Amino acid sequence: MKYVVLIYSNPRTWETLPAAERERVLGLHDKILGEMRERGELLRVDGLTDPTTTRTIRTRDGMPVVTDGPFGEAKEQLAGLWAIDVDSLERAIELASPITEYDVVEIRGLMDLSGYEM
Amino acid sequence: MVREAALEGLLREHAPQVLGALIRRFGTFETAEDAVQEALLAATIQWPVEGVPDNPRGWLLTVASRRLTDQLRSEVARHRRETASAALLPAEALVVPAPAEPGDEAVDPDDTLVLLFMCCHPALSPASQLALTLRAVGGLTTEQIARAFLVPEATMYQRISRAKQGIRAAGARFELPPAGERAERLQVVLQVLYLIFNEGYTATSGDALHRPDLTTEAIRLARDLHGRLPDEPEVGGLLALMLLTDARRPARTLPDGSLVPLDQQDRGRWNQAMIAEGTALVDAALERGPAGPYQVQAAIAAVHDEAPRAEDTDWPQVLALYELLEALAPNPMVTVNRAVALAEVRGPEAGLALLETLDGDPRLADNHRVPAVRAHLLERAGRKPAAIEVYRLAARMTSSVPERRYLMARADRLASTTH
Repeated sequence: MKYVVLIYSNPRTWETLPAAERERVLGLHDKILGEMRERGELLRVDGLTDPTTTRTIRTRDGMPVVTDGPFGEAKEQLAGLWAIDVDSLERAIELASPITEYDVVEIRGLMDLSGYEM
Repeated sequence: MVREAALEGLLREHAPQVLGALIRRFGTFETAEDAVQEALLAATIQWPVEGVPDNPRGWLLTVASRRLTDQLRSEVARHRRETASAALLPAEALVVPAPAEPGDEAVDPDDTLVLLFMCCHPALSPASQLALTLRAVGGLTTEQIARAFLVPEATMYQRISRAKQGIRAAGARFELPPAGERAERLQVVLQVLYLIFNEGYTATSGDALHRPDLTTEAIRLARDLHGRLPDEPEVGGLLALMLLTDARRPARTLPDGSLVPLDQQDRGRWNQAMIAEGTALVDAALERGPAGPYQVQAAIAAVHDEAPRAEDTDWPQVLALYELLEALAPNPMVTVNRAVALAEVRGPEAGLALLETLDGDPRLADNHRVPAVRAHLLERAGRKPAAIEVYRLAARMTSSVPERRYLMARADRLASTTH
């Protein structure tokens, strides 16, 4: 089953972490990514640029309007994502759980084009 | 000029036999499998240009043996450098074999069977079993398998390489499983072939030219297995189930990829040759004695396929078969299907009552099939507002784009007629 793991992060938390702690957590990410690569579970991994670089586009009075910054006020912003293909949701939760010391993670299934005649 | 499809067929037919011969000669599954893969790739490049050799299998065996010998030599050289010790390998493993003459290669026809059992080793995860079976037995390339499962090639490469490590770690030997384990191991093989089939059958779109047809490949492998184990009724049952299901493929999707429910399919487009073959197989298998789950599922598919119109379906027969299937292999999804048949025989309220017995079953908590069926039955019972609500619930729960579109359309159609 294919899932995306959406990693939400508070940039302030990361700025204030001691360097050694930051390294430890990043090392943990690398370890999990390495394990997923080795097992053939990782489809892709991406980090996002800082939330302040976000452009938000809305249609107002029939015209698209572009504003700087994210549309939400939440402290936690989308920071990166994994796309994985694993045997079960339980496996996805197991993989993502260790990286939630400072970040929040959402797991969502990917829609696909398969289907049975109903 | 060799036609591409004919070339593919030729390579696929020889791949497991060449691999078997190589493992017998050199004894290592992992390296032999890599060598065969390289020989297959070499053939796809050379044969279209130079023509198919007189003895294709001998050619593949020679090329694969050379690759393997080169690899073993470099490993010995490395080991010699590292340990200054020689004589690690039997001398014959270091000699490049002479080009094979026709009839020269010792091909054991049962090698394909041994390989199939090996690739479907219970120590491997289902994803690994599928990938390795398609490569080692089916003769597909890693790239083709990756495309079929819509994953990057690097991901599939790692999956296959891990599967091979798993086989080594499990200490699997190149021989048929002992008699005491045969039946259990055969179940895993059948499961893997059925998963390959379903992976192909449920794909409603994708680049048909570049996505290898897993349905056809699964049927080819099941047909081959049935030829080798004609006395195993469940093998015949699985082959019949695949044929009777795939026979409906021309009618199950519209050109835009949307799904057509069974009762609305244009039955004139069903493949009658496949239906005839599948029906004969399931009849023969059922005559052999106690029916297994694949035979019963094939029998259900046959009842549907034999009805000239949806309203001609022998539902009491379908219901009886689902009752039998539930007794043989209890599973909440079978109960859901039995509810559909029960509703046809005794009315939608009876089906709804049976569905209710599944409420709270954790195995179905995230499954959209239950609300989808419930919504259909509510609609047929004339309970429109409830049906609309449950159709929308099912649409939110499915991960299939065509199914969501279908379920939303049902809800919309009902909503537009309620006012």
